[in-house]
Amino acid sequence: MSVLVDLFTCLSVAAGAFFYLAGSVGLLRFPDAYTRLHALTKADNLGLALVVLGLLPQMGGVLAGLKLVVIWLLVLFSSAAVSQLIARAARRREAGA
Amino acid sequence: MSVASLFGLCAAGLVGVGLYGLIVLSHPLRKIISFNVMGSGVFVLFGAVARRGAAAGFGADPVPQALLITGIVVAFSATALAVALVVRLIEATGSATLASEAPPRADLDVRRD
Amino acid sequence: MTIVVNSGVVFLLLALALWTVVAREAFLAIVGFVAYGLLLALVWVSLSGIDVALTEAAIGGGLTGALLIGAAARLRATETEARAQACGRPTRVLALVVSAAVAVALALCVLVLPDPAPTLAHEVAADIDATGVGNPITAVLLAFRAVDTLLEALVLVIALIGVWSLTPDGFWGGRPGMRHRANPDGIFGYFARVLPPIGVIVGIYIFWTGADHPGGKFQGATILATMWMLVLMAGLADAPPIGRRWLRIGLVVGPLVFIAIGLAGVLVPGAFLAYPAGFAKPLIIAIEVALMPTLVLILGLLLAGAPERGARP
Repeated sequence: MSVLVDLFTCLSVAAGAFFYLAGSVGLLRFPDAYTRLHALTKADNLGLALVVLGLLPQMGGVLAGLKLVVIWLLVLFSSAAVSQLIARAARRREAGA
Repeated sequence: MSVASLFGLCAAGLVGVGLYGLIVLSHPLRKIISFNVMGSGVFVLFGAVARRGAAAGFGADPVPQALLITGIVVAFSATALAVALVVRLIEATGSATLASEAPPRADLDVRRD
Repeated sequence: MTIVVNSGVVFLLLALALWTVVAREAFLAIVGFVAYGLLLALVWVSLSGIDVALTEAAIGGGLTGALLIGAAARLRATETEARAQACGRPTRVLALVVSAAVAVALALCVLVLPDPAPTLAHEVAADIDATGVGNPITAVLLAFRAVDTLLEALVLVIALIGVWSLTPDGFWGGRPGMRHRANPDGIFGYFARVLPPIGVIVGIYIFWTGADHPGGKFQGATILATMWMLVLMAGLADAPPIGRRWLRIGLVVGPLVFIAIGLAGVLVPGAFLAYPAGFAKPLIIAIEVALMPTLVLILGLLLAGAPERGARP
């Protein structure tokens, strides 16, 4: 049983790492700020969600697992707000230049 | 090679890089950043020494680690003071170099609100 | 296996440190420095220093990065002039030789450290039950080496006074920083209204749980100070004038309580900052609770800088 749990953790964390890799490649290769933000949100939201999902079975109790989920929600919230602010700043710089 | 020795060597490298940046870069803000890099290298060295002192059920010797927390906070306060000095220097003389001969602006002490 | 992961982290750390030195603009160097600070928190976890990792991520990466970015935005105009004054070839070569010599000397010191390593962990483990706290770092900070923590609080107050001493004469007693005005219905206003309540709970939790688990008042105070700065930056509140009485009282209440408890220790058990047997835990909690508002105010005001406006809104 624990072998299955460990296998699930490995697969989920590896999938999350793949999304982070994709986000980093997008950050380096995409042409402008908007498309780069689009790539980064994949890493933040889906990648972190898969990593957290993979780590949940390894936690000692419900409270610790809940803390991991709260971390994911906080990262989701701040990355959403910051992406909007960056996009607005990029638009303003385009309009001004 | 143990974990502590590996990070100790890393710390030596960080101190070297920070020292190079401190000497070579000319803008005061860049010097402050390099000084912070050097300081964090010293902290990592301290942490490696603390890790080697693991005993009595603790993962690392707690006394150097407590001193490290003190050190990080004091380093931040020193950086804040240094940054405030640089910002004031820019406002007072208009340029960032320490060898400036520009006269200080006389209109800055007048209340302006 | 862990040696491979740790070697990867070491390589990234050195590469980021090199980036902060060779980057063209200050802003790029600071971005690299913030990433460097967060990676350093991982190094602390590898070295079994969870409290230090929390402090490094919060203060070393977060607060220092915010401070430097604010300064870089104001100093952008002076960078081209500083670049034009870059030092010549001989200075660079000499600097390279000196830095390499220092690094090699430190590396040699690391490799000849004594084995078995001297440690104070046994003394801490022997007396930690008398302090009533479970976290050995908190026990060291507030019981075994409480004088260091007292002096650290005093150094923070002196650094703040140093920053305030740079105020132009006309603005003494005024408000630090610019008046920010974000749209209160916009995304930043919304963010600054939703996050601070959660942040305050997290900060107080980290402060309170520092007695038995990794955490403590410095990490908790940093989170509370950051929430305060977030509210200021969104324009939902204005920075307080530094001449206000409640501000001044809040700044000194922590060190004063600390010194008072220390002097009381001279009377009863006989040494400065000695705790009477059985009273260690309540006294430690009293010191921490008194230090929290002081630390929050100092960290926030150090980030805000010297006053640049009058006290009138």
